[in-house]
Amino acid sequence: MDTVIHVEGLEKSFGTTKALAGVDLTAQRGTVLGLLGPNGSGKTTTVRVLATLLRPDAGRATILGHDVVAEPAAVRARIGLTGQYAAVDEALSGTDNLMLIARLLDMPRRAARVRAAELIERFGLAEAAKRRVRTYSGGMRRRLDLAASLIGRPDVLFLDEPTTGLDPRHRNEVLDQVRALAADGVTVLLTTQYLEEADQLADDLVVIDTGRVIASGTPASLKADVGGQRLHVRPLRRTDIPAVSTILAGLTDEAPVVDASGELTVAAHEPGLLHVAGGRFDAAGLAIAELGLRLPSLDDVFMTLTGRTAEDAEKQTGTTDEEVAA
Amino acid sequence: MTTTAVAPGTTPRPPMPIPDIERGRHGPSTVRHGLTLAWRGVVKTIHSPEALIDVTLQPVIFLLLFVYVFGGAIAGNTTEYLQFALPGVLVQTVVFASAGTGVGLAEDLHTGIFDRFRSLPISRSAPLVGAIMADLVRYLTSGVIMLVLGTILGFRMHANPIDVIAAMGLVMVFAFALCWVFTALAMLVRQPRSVQGIGAMIMLPLTFGSNVFVPSDSMPGWLQAFVNVNPVSKVADAVRGLLTGGPVAAPATAALIAAAVIVVVFAPIAVTLYRKRA
Repeated sequence: MDTVIHVEGLEKSFGTTKALAGVDLTAQRGTVLGLLGPNGSGKTTTVRVLATLLRPDAGRATILGHDVVAEPAAVRARIGLTGQYAAVDEALSGTDNLMLIARLLDMPRRAARVRAAELIERFGLAEAAKRRVRTYSGGMRRRLDLAASLIGRPDVLFLDEPTTGLDPRHRNEVLDQVRALAADGVTVLLTTQYLEEADQLADDLVVIDTGRVIASGTPASLKADVGGQRLHVRPLRRTDIPAVSTILAGLTDEAPVVDASGELTVAAHEPGLLHVAGGRFDAAGLAIAELGLRLPSLDDVFMTLTGRTAEDAEKQTGTTDEEVAA
Repeated sequence: MTTTAVAPGTTPRPPMPIPDIERGRHGPSTVRHGLTLAWRGVVKTIHSPEALIDVTLQPVIFLLLFVYVFGGAIAGNTTEYLQFALPGVLVQTVVFASAGTGVGLAEDLHTGIFDRFRSLPISRSAPLVGAIMADLVRYLTSGVIMLVLGTILGFRMHANPIDVIAAMGLVMVFAFALCWVFTALAMLVRQPRSVQGIGAMIMLPLTFGSNVFVPSDSMPGWLQAFVNVNPVSKVADAVRGLLTGGPVAAPATAALIAAAVIVVVFAPIAVTLYRKRA
């Protein structure tokens, strides 16, 4: 495997705010590296440094061996960038947007037209190709934006929160495209606040908080670090929460965590806990809506690492789409 | 809507070889990329003609108001006043339009598309050069509209086609110079509304504190001193000379020197601020 993105000790301050306080990461060819963290943790700053839009104060970053500070032109020739907001021109049509980028990459007119048409087709924008982007939905803009960053067949693609603000269907479309690109050998660095998305998509994860890497590894290894299975219980009536909590505490010697939705969670060290707990709830006449064992989610990872839930950290996005109780 | 799933292996082409790392350096590529980006600006304008209001309808209203509201009082009758004011309004229109360049750039900076440009292997100043080249098309549009409308209203030109082209050329050169001021302003304050506000603060004294609308004789001495060194007056004098007869060489030279000084001072400021922008 060859290293495509290599970052060492990256630091960047804005005034007195330290956005990056020593970030290290590497990504191998054809893999998806997920950069995970709450708002303001330094994800976007990292991407902007790697995409040569910002100069770091200290540390070193190379893309395919080219230093982002010393050889920005060489780096720019190999990368594609899709920022948090769709970087497309609203007044131009979809095709014209792609043509513009292709021409700026010095593609001959005919080749530019072919490449634009190919990407329009691939991203399902054929019917809207001649329409002005102003009339596009959020999902269409994102797809066009992604298409624009692929015009020059980049070896490395930076996606800064590519699915923020998309509904689940469009989110999945974008994620499918990212998977296909990695399969084609493109190295993808993706930032996200959605733990679930990072879990689905990334080969490796780097979790950052307040400008520092607090954990890295595969999603599976991060989950393993946090520990084994957990028992989740949701009583049908919220008034039963204290009774359920008392039973669980008695069985495990550990006070369960109760979340906002009324779900109690406790570490399940004993494999028989599910059955035993179920029997006790029945015996006590408690109606249970949900009961089950789960592997720790990345939410649990984040909680363990930072002492905060990811939801606490991402203030502006409200609650994530957790399952609604029956 | 068709679905967008990519069948595996549909386009597994080898990655495009990157032939020249030289792309993105200064030189002919800046002009070529600038032209491509200017094309973007022109297509934008064609797609949204409402963006042309400030260089079409607005100067028309200005001209009509000035000629018919103030004309009689200033020059005795509207026909005489039109003869005096049209060349000036031509200049004033373009000064106003060049402020629009700053506002447009400040808007662009917020859309994220400039981030994309900055991450491409093109010269860093190409987006600025492109925006300014595209706007020259807007200025030219407004200049032609003013001349046509003026002629309809009874403006008598004493000029051959070369003089007219020279007058337009001078106005374009001056507009090109001024729009670097507003570009620098846009890079400095970044908020489109602030650019608009501060731009108006610059434009109003420049245009009204000139001999565009009123000859300077009736003004107090201190104001005359300003009006007489104001480059807008020089451009207006030269355009008057070219279109209706009168001295050309002295005001035109002064106007060109002023334009050169403005570019030399403000273009580097604009480009530096643009490059530094985080």
